Amino acid sequence: MTAPDLRRGKRRRKGGRDGDPVVPDVEFTSYYGRPVVKASPWEADIPAYLFLGGLAAGSSLLAAGADATDRPALRRTGRLGALVGITVSFAALVHDLGRPERFVNMLRVAKPTSPMSVGTWILTAYGPAAGLAGAAELTGLVPARLGFVKRLLGLAGRPAGVAAAAFAPAVASYTAVLLADTATPAWHEAHRELPFLFVGSAAGAAGGFGMLGAPVDQAGPARRLAVAGAALELAAEHRMRESMGLAAETLDAGKAGRLMRASHALTAGGAVVGALLGRRSRIAAGAAGAALVAGSACTRFAIFEAGQASAHDPKYTVVPQRERADRRS
Amino acid sequence: MAECHPVGFQWVMEAKRRGAKVIHIDPRFTRTSAVADQHVPLRAGSDIAFLGGIVNYILGNEKYFHDYVVAYTNAATILRDDFVDVDDLDGVFSGYDPETGTYDTSSWQYEGVTEPSAAGQREKPGSESQGEGEKSRTERGAAYEVGGHGASLHHAEVERDETLQDPRCVFQVLKKHYARYTPEMVAEVCGVPVEQFQAVCEAVTANSGRERTTAWVYSVGWTHHTVGAQYIRGSAIIQLLLGNMGRPGGGIMALRGHASIQGSTDIPTLFNLLPGYLPMPKVGEHDTLDDYVDTITSKAQKGFWAEARKFTVSLLKSYWGDAATAENDYCFDYLPRLTGDHGTYQTVMKMLDDEVEGYFLLGQNPAVGSAHGKMQRLGMSHLKWLVVRDLNLIESATFWKDGPEIATGELTTTDIATEVFFFPAASHVEKEGSFTQTQRMLQWHRKAIEPPGDCRSELQFFVQLGLKLRERLAGSTEERDRPLLDLTWDYEVDAQGEPSAEAVLREINGRHLRGDKAGQLLGTYLEMADDGSTDGGCWIYTGVFADNVNQADRREPGQDQSWVAPDWGWAWPANRRILYNRASADPDGKPWSERKAYVWWDDEAKKWTGHDVPDFEGTKPPGYRPERGTGGVAGISGDDPFVMQADGKGWLYVPTGLLDGPMPAHYEPSESPVRNAFYRQQANPARQVYPRQDNLQNPSPPEAHSSVFPYVFTTYRLTEHHTAGGMSRWLPYLSELQPEFFCEISPELARERGLEHLGWATIVTARTAIEARVLVTDRMVPLRVGGRVIHQVGLPYHWGVGSNALVTGDSANDLFGVTLDPNVHIQESKVASCDIRPGRRPTGPALLRYVEEYRRRAGSTIETGNTQRTPLENS
Amino acid sequence: MTDPAGDAGWESPPPRKGFFTDTSVCIGCKACEVACKEWNGVPDDGFNLLGSSYDNTGALGASTWRHVAFIEQPRNFGKQDAGRAGLPVGPPASDALNAAADDALSGDRSALGTDTTKVSLGMPSTELPGAGLDPSTRTDFRWLMSSDVCKHCTHAACLDVCPTGSLFRTEFGTVVVQDDICNGCGYCVPACPFGVIDRRIGDKHAVKNAGIAQKCTLCYDRIGDGLTPACAQACPTESIQFGDVDELRERAAARMATLHEQGVTDARLYGENPDDGVGGAGAMFLLLDEPEVYGLPPDPVVTTRDLPAMWKHAGLAAVTLLAGAVGSFLGRKR
Repeated sequence: MTAPDLRRGKRRRKGGRDGDPVVPDVEFTSYYGRPVVKASPWEADIPAYLFLGGLAAGSSLLAAGADATDRPALRRTGRLGALVGITVSFAALVHDLGRPERFVNMLRVAKPTSPMSVGTWILTAYGPAAGLAGAAELTGLVPARLGFVKRLLGLAGRPAGVAAAAFAPAVASYTAVLLADTATPAWHEAHRELPFLFVGSAAGAAGGFGMLGAPVDQAGPARRLAVAGAALELAAEHRMRESMGLAAETLDAGKAGRLMRASHALTAGGAVVGALLGRRSRIAAGAAGAALVAGSACTRFAIFEAGQASAHDPKYTVVPQRERADRRS
Repeated sequence: MAECHPVGFQWVMEAKRRGAKVIHIDPRFTRTSAVADQHVPLRAGSDIAFLGGIVNYILGNEKYFHDYVVAYTNAATILRDDFVDVDDLDGVFSGYDPETGTYDTSSWQYEGVTEPSAAGQREKPGSESQGEGEKSRTERGAAYEVGGHGASLHHAEVERDETLQDPRCVFQVLKKHYARYTPEMVAEVCGVPVEQFQAVCEAVTANSGRERTTAWVYSVGWTHHTVGAQYIRGSAIIQLLLGNMGRPGGGIMALRGHASIQGSTDIPTLFNLLPGYLPMPKVGEHDTLDDYVDTITSKAQKGFWAEARKFTVSLLKSYWGDAATAENDYCFDYLPRLTGDHGTYQTVMKMLDDEVEGYFLLGQNPAVGSAHGKMQRLGMSHLKWLVVRDLNLIESATFWKDGPEIATGELTTTDIATEVFFFPAASHVEKEGSFTQTQRMLQWHRKAIEPPGDCRSELQFFVQLGLKLRERLAGSTEERDRPLLDLTWDYEVDAQGEPSAEAVLREINGRHLRGDKAGQLLGTYLEMADDGSTDGGCWIYTGVFADNVNQADRREPGQDQSWVAPDWGWAWPANRRILYNRASADPDGKPWSERKAYVWWDDEAKKWTGHDVPDFEGTKPPGYRPERGTGGVAGISGDDPFVMQADGKGWLYVPTGLLDGPMPAHYEPSESPVRNAFYRQQANPARQVYPRQDNLQNPSPPEAHSSVFPYVFTTYRLTEHHTAGGMSRWLPYLSELQPEFFCEISPELARERGLEHLGWATIVTARTAIEARVLVTDRMVPLRVGGRVIHQVGLPYHWGVGSNALVTGDSANDLFGVTLDPNVHIQESKVASCDIRPGRRPTGPALLRYVEEYRRRAGSTIETGNTQRTPLENS
Repeated sequence: MTDPAGDAGWESPPPRKGFFTDTSVCIGCKACEVACKEWNGVPDDGFNLLGSSYDNTGALGASTWRHVAFIEQPRNFGKQDAGRAGLPVGPPASDALNAAADDALSGDRSALGTDTTKVSLGMPSTELPGAGLDPSTRTDFRWLMSSDVCKHCTHAACLDVCPTGSLFRTEFGTVVVQDDICNGCGYCVPACPFGVIDRRIGDKHAVKNAGIAQKCTLCYDRIGDGLTPACAQACPTESIQFGDVDELRERAAARMATLHEQGVTDARLYGENPDDGVGGAGAMFLLLDEPEVYGLPPDPVVTTRDLPAMWKHAGLAAVTLLAGAVGSFLGRKR
């Protein structure tokens, strides 16, 4: 805005939009209410990529465990989930960049200060492994005359799965840094808790996917991973809100708020149902799994939207910085 | 100034950095106000009241520079006893003729000028002020002809009372005239509170005198009025009383609207002037060269203007070369003669009467830039042919297919017979030439790039046009074709067919034609002769090519020379940077103060010297006194600094030359919601009015229904655009900065009329209604005038209705009618009355009905506002 | 003194170059915006009347590398007499206008805020303005103008997070985008704490560098040849000064002292402190009000300052996930 109100020198404005719950008044000044920082130019590709990457990572871990503990169905579900997840998330990333060679562009440098550069290398390591492991589950599709390929894939399956599992945790957590390493208030202020929220979300998604794809007698680890992930996600979010301060508003307002509420319902519901009925009923397990997967997706989109909203409204940039500056002086 | 001359404004900021106080007097708080020390918002059109108030303050509080005033101005000069001031004649000066709406100025003369009877006058040549019917002088805008010099007097000596006590001396008359211009009246008329006005008076007077000088800067906010010339006179009186003329840091600076407007008056595009402010001859008055010279000047008067014959003959020689001989009066008969007012607005009305066949528009966009745009466009639709030379397809070139009158049905494309020729023009970086800026300084610019496509320079266009016309007339035996066929038209052209601009500048400078110096360029206009031995296209420019060097092309950096910087460009006359600079020294030739030393008399060397070229005969001592009655240059006394004035003095009072009064008196704008608080006479009684059905005016008090148009509006430019937009609305980088036509209003007016920020507003006058986006801003303030609150509406005038520009919009100038200043024929386009309403205007024929309804409510007839003399209110 | 060029590996680089923008002498002519676009071939930013005083370009972005802000305030500029005393004025409009600018914020909107929401200042009334003693009657007034530009931070987030190396540190200590290397990932856009850099929108074939991150280069191609950047060259009042950052810092301090003497106590410097959150800016400003009034962040911090902490937490989270996964296979076989 231009001129502060004469009497107070600052201007009051209500937070909260579109009939969302009204938050306490804050006083701050801005230039015609225009944003101070720019919102990321990213669209749905990126939150989709965050979600699918997490799903893939968690699935690779489940698959490796299942392979080691002789749970073929769970292993198959995990490897295929990872394969699909990583392939689609790659597609999303490339779509965001516009052209495939732009991804290759990023392989010309390795910059630890750039989470996107680091992530590129993590994906480059993880992607082929997960892909190979996934392919090993598809030997059935290979025509009989290519027998040697079948055998090769069969042999490659386990080491590839182990390799994928080794890189998976990084795949699941680095995306939190990708968002946090920006001037977007809702993301940066959450930089301590966001990685835990993301791995929790990844675990929930992968676990849920496992419960969907594997019979109940093999899906035990998936259920436990899902429940633990859901618990971690909800706990991390609770603490994150405190660190975020004013920007936490954006988790409850508008699009982000709607997604967040959906995520809570799906994740908590999925976890409870899965824990109580997942072992007895295949249907219940499937439903719970689906809810957990959907809940994880909602979480990622909610975090993304909250960040965009926090960048669009100068309040979330100006108020904390003004307080910080005033404290100093 | 920051708005329209940001580059020049850097020097104001520099002065501010050095401690100068900057005061900005303007209806609006502009980018200038933002960095000024004081902003004084006043009512548009009330400036003479404000300036008169300052004069009254100076005289009433003895703040004037006594020694300067007595010695250098006509304060001591005695006036005729039959002069009667406005206070005693109900708001008009003596000599007013209500029938013609003009003045017989004989009673304004100095005493001691024995005037024969008016009847006798007309036989008697040699009296500019009496030599002709007043009406024809008004039509010609006689006053405009004195642009380079004072008006003519046919005498040298005048009666003076240097005690300034004589009740008929200029000083006392001035004092009486402005006695009523009190701070309270200023507040009443201008809306400027007394304290604010006092602050300005104190600042201006405290910063003037021996040790300090104050400068006044104005632009078209002062000139575009029916009393525009008198506005400038107002500040001239202040500057003379405070001794701020002819001295460093003083003066009155006229900011011009374009890079070379000064040049286009020096070498004029004006119908009533020849180059160097020589008047255009008139039918019946100037049958021979002798008639002409004897009328425009007088051997009996003081000063260099007495040499006008030399300037005229040299001009004729440069036009017609060898064909111009003593025997044929140097082809004086080849010059056209004026038969009346051929000003731009008169011409447009003649178009409507189908008396004008063709029209050239050269970098001019009257469909947007001139007052009463509708009259301009309808006028052009009557032409047989129209030539438009411009950078872009301006609205004046496309009105026949996309003008507002097409939408209202007043014009139909298929019915318009006008043949329009568009010639793409080269911009200033695509051709060489000179700019003459407001300091009279010529600066040469070289060609940076070739013009694109078919774009050509003005110079090439006219040289080619001349050649083609002469081809058509070749071999003609018709007497009437001689002027064209005998013209010296031999310009060498380069490979692109571009004539050399420097060759033209040489022609303007002038040459010796005979004797041992034959062929050499003139050094100063003093070398000009009246025997045909010299030529010169514009005497005041003589010296710009001295020593065969293009003096205008000099680029010596300021830090490498004296602070006057005489080696940057060239200023007319004779590279003088400050005119009349003899006044920077006291009558004895010593600087008024060391701090303000500029030009002084060197008693050892027996000559004038200083930082600038002295504007005085180099070796004439301060003590020189001519024999009584001596005229011409010899008549200039050693203490007469104003060497182009007929009596050598600065004129506080103008005995001749102005057509609407010897001293500025406050008259309301021809359209005003406010009654004149000073006199019964509402508006300038000598203003040029045009009572026509297509030029209806809003009623003003004491006329009835003036409340139908209760608001004042003013127009102006923004930094981001150039005048009518031809140079800016086609450029994305400028158009994006101010993309849309808007009106600026105060929050108070917004509340009063329910106008919404960024909503639409319709602004209405008796001519038409236009629409603009609304900017509500604290920069606009209401004023308390005459006990009521007056709101002002601000309208930038850059946009026009068309289809070719990047950004378009309604044109603010469509709101104005045509009413002119009698001296210079300038339209009153900086102030008028209006109504403003929320929402968009009607479109199509409905717009005409909407305006008609306003006219009905206002009872507008062709007499409304077009009666020069305000009738007695009880009659 | 900070030496970004040296830190970036330049051997004996020339003195760090930058801007000092003295907003107290800015006349808002926008010559800087135009000169910048002329020299750098930046396309227009659209023809929108924004209703924010005389500012119609809105903010810095991919196609506006210099941006002049216009701020109308019911406050005094030093000892200036704005000529409002004794006039029949009511309360200022700015409050209503600003409230409207905020309302325009609601819902999804362009970051630039090219809204043209209508603002009503109340119903038509014939009551005399200034009638009654409204405490907020606008006797004080000033019009602030300020030309904003990329800060060329000592610690530049945009450069840090760029995954391709397209953004680089020049020998002059400035930060420049290499159009041909940028892959349009857009990461630098949310990373900049000043909201300067942006991805240029538009059809790749019609618009130059569409989809590529764009911002001020401090006229790298001019200063390399010993020329002054286009904006500083065009500025008529020396509001924009170009030079060695160290020297500009001294000039800025001196100018502020002068203004304080002259009673302009609002004058303050911005971006000149090497100890601030971005290690000091290459483009510093003399402002007449809080930074946020001009749309500048009051206390900007380069996001990568917290990057080590981020990686640490990410690592812990990764381990947690691994542990959780292993744990989920322990215990009951079925």
